[in-house]
Amino acid sequence: MSDARVDTRPDTRLSVFKTYKLYVGGKFPRSESGRVYEVSDAKGNWLANAPLASRKDARDTVVAARKAFGGWAGATAYNRGQILYRVAEMLEGRREQFVREVADAEGLSKPKATAQVDAAIDRWVWYAGWTDKIAQVVGGGNPVAGPYFNISSPEPTGVVVVLAPQESSFLGLVSVLAPVIATGNTAIVIASEKSPLPALSLGEVLATSDVPGGVVNILSGRTAEIAPSLAAHQDVNAIDLAGAGADDGLAKELEIAAADNLKRILRPQAVDNAHWFATPGTERLTAFLETKTVWHPTGSLGASGSSY
Amino acid sequence: MASVSASPFSSAFEYAPAPESRAVVDIAPSYGLFIDGEFVEAAEGRVFKTVSPSTEEVLSEVAQAGEADVDRAVKAARKAFEKWSALPGSERAKYLFRIARIIQERSRELAVLETLDNGKPIKETRDADLPLVAAHFFYYAGWADKLGHAGFGTNPRPLGVAGQVIPWNFPLLMLAWKIAPALATGNTVVLKPAETTPLSALFFADICRQAGLPKGVVNILPGYGDTGAALVAHPDVNKVAFTGSTAVGKEIARTVAGSRKKLTLELGGKGANIVFDDAPIDQAVEGIVTGIFFNQGQVCCAGSRLLVQESIQDELLDSLKRRLSTLRLGDPLDKNTDIGAINSAEQLARITSLVAAGEAEGAERWSPACELPSSGYWFAPTLFTNVTQAHTIARDEIFGPVLSVLTFRTPDEAVAKANNTQYGLSAGIWTEKGSRILAVANKLRAGVVWSNTFNKFDPTSPFGGYKESGFGREGGRHGLEAYLDV
Repeated sequence: MSDARVDTRPDTRLSVFKTYKLYVGGKFPRSESGRVYEVSDAKGNWLANAPLASRKDARDTVVAARKAFGGWAGATAYNRGQILYRVAEMLEGRREQFVREVADAEGLSKPKATAQVDAAIDRWVWYAGWTDKIAQVVGGGNPVAGPYFNISSPEPTGVVVVLAPQESSFLGLVSVLAPVIATGNTAIVIASEKSPLPALSLGEVLATSDVPGGVVNILSGRTAEIAPSLAAHQDVNAIDLAGAGADDGLAKELEIAAADNLKRILRPQAVDNAHWFATPGTERLTAFLETKTVWHPTGSLGASGSSY
Repeated sequence: MASVSASPFSSAFEYAPAPESRAVVDIAPSYGLFIDGEFVEAAEGRVFKTVSPSTEEVLSEVAQAGEADVDRAVKAARKAFEKWSALPGSERAKYLFRIARIIQERSRELAVLETLDNGKPIKETRDADLPLVAAHFFYYAGWADKLGHAGFGTNPRPLGVAGQVIPWNFPLLMLAWKIAPALATGNTVVLKPAETTPLSALFFADICRQAGLPKGVVNILPGYGDTGAALVAHPDVNKVAFTGSTAVGKEIARTVAGSRKKLTLELGGKGANIVFDDAPIDQAVEGIVTGIFFNQGQVCCAGSRLLVQESIQDELLDSLKRRLSTLRLGDPLDKNTDIGAINSAEQLARITSLVAAGEAEGAERWSPACELPSSGYWFAPTLFTNVTQAHTIARDEIFGPVLSVLTFRTPDEAVAKANNTQYGLSAGIWTEKGSRILAVANKLRAGVVWSNTFNKFDPTSPFGGYKESGFGREGGRHGLEAYLDV
């Protein structure tokens, strides 16, 4: 018997592919339809098979998002801020992965992809800081002409469907998702159709960032196939049409469907990729807030008040 | 026409009639459309009559705007927009202050006019509607030169031409809610009042003339639903504001889909008025009465679903019935009248059919002894007990003096029942316990929550709904957003 050892390592190691999955209710299901579609990089090379979500998948996300709403909306703003910041922490640790995915998805050089990812991480930090400030900025006491204590406070509107921007697969995605959940809404994201992989990977980050299951749900597939059933869904409260972008026909169809239960609509804006680098205003925070005004008599301590 | 009430209390101490004089208002036999600062006839020459709901007397004949008139008015508003929006805010403010002052000066005249055309009691137009109308113009006048401080950026811009469609339940107040913030922010306006209550808007046109408001800044187009639809769909309208039914609101949302017009909707409601067992009963009863019988219940935020904690149901209902027996229904111009006329025959028919559905579904109907005048549109204050959440009268907006009574045992059950509706405009909470008020208010999905009070309004206080009660807020700083490019 020879004791010569045999080197079993191949010359080049075969890498392990990742099976990309949806993110629904804190779990990672494949599409119930069993369908996938081919995702390619900017040069047309195969990257992965992404789940091709069905209308049933979409309905499942609504159930998950509704179930998560009470707890998330009821969490303290401080707690929500901590969790959003935790997302940034987790992303920082997986920065290289996202740089690679964004570079592949959008055909960017490494420095350009890095800039996108850095800006996206910073955006989470920015919105983390907003959770416990927005109420003071857009709410407050109203000086009514009478003996009443009268205060207006913002509250989340509910389950929000977000059509993620088609071109900016990660920075754009984060820019539309973070404000929705910062204010206590739960979100259903339809990822960029062409470049869904960074969004699906973000699901893995959210799952390890203390974001309760169901607060964010991520679907990949055909926007024009999934979005109409969500726009028409009676248990969805609002819809951000960012990802309808240039498709005026789709946007109009979705707005008509959304009228059925008077969903709040953030209308699509034609934006270029540079837009997502700019520091956002509060528009995306306030678009998915309701204002609740509470009145209460103050009583009266006599006509002249105190004599200080 | 005398006030009529057959309650044992009022019969012992009958009130002498105290009618407000009609002489303070001079209604012309006919009115035109108000376009570009002039009263003009409708292009197609169509007119319609407006009647007094309490007597069915024809008050006046009013021009009915068609598509061509809408186009003419929008063009006038577009032309006026350039100069109006370029005016310094401080100058726009002065016009609004002038309007506010003239409304105060003419408030008795307008109150009588509104009561004649709408059918609501003079004590409501005089003490609630008109003071609030003036207050809205005063409030938004002060914003016109301070928009950079409103929290919408340093240089918020107006949107352009605002197409506004308002209902008949608070004709002049809804006009004020729409026009005051629109003008303060630099927009120009084409407003369609409701077909049953066009007169106060046409009188407002005269106030604009007295105030020297530039031509075309405000245009008034009386008409029916088709006029409103043409206005909403007009391609040169930049902003649509509507107050009215949820069904029409949805239709408008479909119409503007894909157009990028800014839209705000103030729609229907089915407000829950929650009374806990520790509530001060007498105050709660007053609040319940205000909540559902103010303006004959023709109020979108009416507290039409009374949720009573089971343990005090009998005591509360006894008090409530006793109180309802003292309400005086009759001539709206009588200063002692609490319940006036229903706004139109059509609305009366709607209320009647929903109440019939309530009886047919097994709820128990009660009204105080109450004689109704022989002419005009009247409906006695009505209370339903044995109501469940599945009943039509607990689900559909009745928009009339009809209260459904439901019960609950725990705060959680009260919240669940209060929120069990597609509407989310208003709610009331009655309890002595402060922490309970805050806990319950927090959980209610409604835009306005009145605790230990009901139906209070103020120009500084934002108003508007959750869910299918519409979107956007009117009043306060929040109300500016609807008319700015933010």
